[in-house]
Amino acid sequence: MSVATTEPGRLERDRDFNFNWAAAGPFLALLVLLAIGFVINPDFLSATNLSNVITRSAFIAIIAVGATFVISSGGLDLSVGSMAAFITGITIMCMNMMVPNVGLWSIPAGMAIAVLAGIACGLVNGVIVTVGKIEPFIATLGTMGIFRALITYMSDGGTIPIDRTLREAYRPVYFGTVAGIPLPILISLAVAALGAFILYKTKYGRQCAAAGANEDVARYSGISIIRTRTIAYVIQGACVAIAAICYVPRLGAATPTTGVLWELQVITAVVIGGTALRGGKGRIWGTVAGAVILELIANLMVLSDFVSEYLVAAVQGVIIIIAMLIQRFSK
Amino acid sequence: MTKMKWAVTAATLGALLLAGNAIAADKKVVAVSIPAADHGWTSGIVYHAQAAAKEINAAFPNVEVVVKTSPSAAAQVSALEDLSAGRKLDALVILPHTSEELTMPVKAVKEGGTFITVVDRGLNDPAIQDLYLAGDNIAVGKNTAKFLVDKLGGKGNLVVLRGIPTVIDDERIQGFKDGIAGSDLKILDIQYANWNSDDAFKLMQDYLAKYPQIDAVWANDDDMLLGVLEAIKQSSRTEIKYALGGNGMKEIIKKVIDGDAMTPVETPYPPSMIKTAIYMTVANLIGQAPIRGVVKLDAPLITKDNAAEYYFPDSPF
Repeated sequence: MSVATTEPGRLERDRDFNFNWAAAGPFLALLVLLAIGFVINPDFLSATNLSNVITRSAFIAIIAVGATFVISSGGLDLSVGSMAAFITGITIMCMNMMVPNVGLWSIPAGMAIAVLAGIACGLVNGVIVTVGKIEPFIATLGTMGIFRALITYMSDGGTIPIDRTLREAYRPVYFGTVAGIPLPILISLAVAALGAFILYKTKYGRQCAAAGANEDVARYSGISIIRTRTIAYVIQGACVAIAAICYVPRLGAATPTTGVLWELQVITAVVIGGTALRGGKGRIWGTVAGAVILELIANLMVLSDFVSEYLVAAVQGVIIIIAMLIQRFSK
Repeated sequence: MTKMKWAVTAATLGALLLAGNAIAADKKVVAVSIPAADHGWTSGIVYHAQAAAKEINAAFPNVEVVVKTSPSAAAQVSALEDLSAGRKLDALVILPHTSEELTMPVKAVKEGGTFITVVDRGLNDPAIQDLYLAGDNIAVGKNTAKFLVDKLGGKGNLVVLRGIPTVIDDERIQGFKDGIAGSDLKILDIQYANWNSDDAFKLMQDYLAKYPQIDAVWANDDDMLLGVLEAIKQSSRTEIKYALGGNGMKEIIKKVIDGDAMTPVETPYPPSMIKTAIYMTVANLIGQAPIRGVVKLDAPLITKDNAAEYYFPDSPF
């Protein structure tokens, strides 16, 4: 038994010694982008700008860590953006409701509710996909509409603002720093580290990849596909909740337009990071790099002067494709 | 003298109402077809339409205002069919999702003898409408620009956030550019932020990183202004004198009422225009107050003095 568990570990260490170009791809793309950015506008590398941009990418990075599990297990989740908005709404409403009784304690209590709501939402997605045997694309397209409608209903189409008394106390979760590093960056690093540990070092992580690589083979080896994929969706839900917890203090409100199209950014980050969209292989740290790359591109568009405001989206598309090509040829 | 006039008017109106009651035994039906609430401004539309319906139904027993919201143009077409299928509509107040898709269906309703009031977005064929009521997007930009030209002494650096590529957005930007023309105000940068607070927050952070000296910011919508204000607050930059929005969101109007230094004014493109349109339509129906034509609501600068008129604390927007 002990031999069996040390064996893969040793193999991975061997892989680390032989420089792994495929895994390094997203980081190379990131470096190239930073260099180009510096040439275009030296302000790009200023500490304030970089810390702003990386902090901003934290939501997508945290959600994308969860998506790495879902995608590598052979699933897909289109509902994450709507789910983030829905959980944000629930969190704010619960916090506001608890303020008169428990004061500032409603912040941690609200966070706990957010995580529970996230796990519940993920479980719903997971069960529909696995037990209900509905294509992940369709199942999560359905829940995407449901979550979006719920947040619209809860807010009457307007805004759900957080209670004024909580606003200042909660602010540091997005705007605060520890040792000079913004808190959302630290949170996303912690989530990624935990995700990497689960995906690379635990039995569940290997089952996840096996279920995504070849469902039949995995099933014959005694892996429960239903259990493995459902857990992946639950992890996704928990990640969305953590992102929502970091998101609330930024603008202090949930609206029906919160998190619109985040699902596409999340999937793009995962794929830029080197995870195969058809499943079987997940790269957590690549995913985080992918999320930062996406946000850097948007930032670069504003800081450079030679792209017309009408063409920004086209140039972003070209850069994403080039980033993928750099990866492909660095293999 | 004025008191006398009021008394006469009230008496006349009362007589008319009584006459109306006597003639029409059955109720006059006014259908209101509007987009469903999917963001701040449309949520305001729904709120004001429902408020108008409630007030009118309570005040005039012989009028029934029915409000129907639709999430898409296709759904709105179906809603029109449903509304006009069962009974004769005396009037229809409609804020169309899109001009193209709604033109023919509204024409069909009109052919049944219904009075048509179109709000905000015009139909492709203006001959269909009996009354058209809208705000003035060019004035939204222009009046904001004039305020800045005046307050900044005709000189300074501006950054602008625009919404989604649409006629509304183009008109506001055009009005703004016209408004600063001839002054030494310079637009350093102008980018799309999709009328979204989060996108506006990011864009403002980037503007702040890019430009060391910004005198004023204009976000052509209040949702975006919320993101802008948060980004400015985080940056601790002190040179920015004004950050202005537009539309008339209650949070921003509240700032104007409270005398906020950075956002002392606001320009309205108020969702309450649907309420104005419903009231006018009903007046025509029961009060014999002829109102055919085009009504353009101005976008006067909202200041501390007149802010109360535009403040709806119970509205979601």
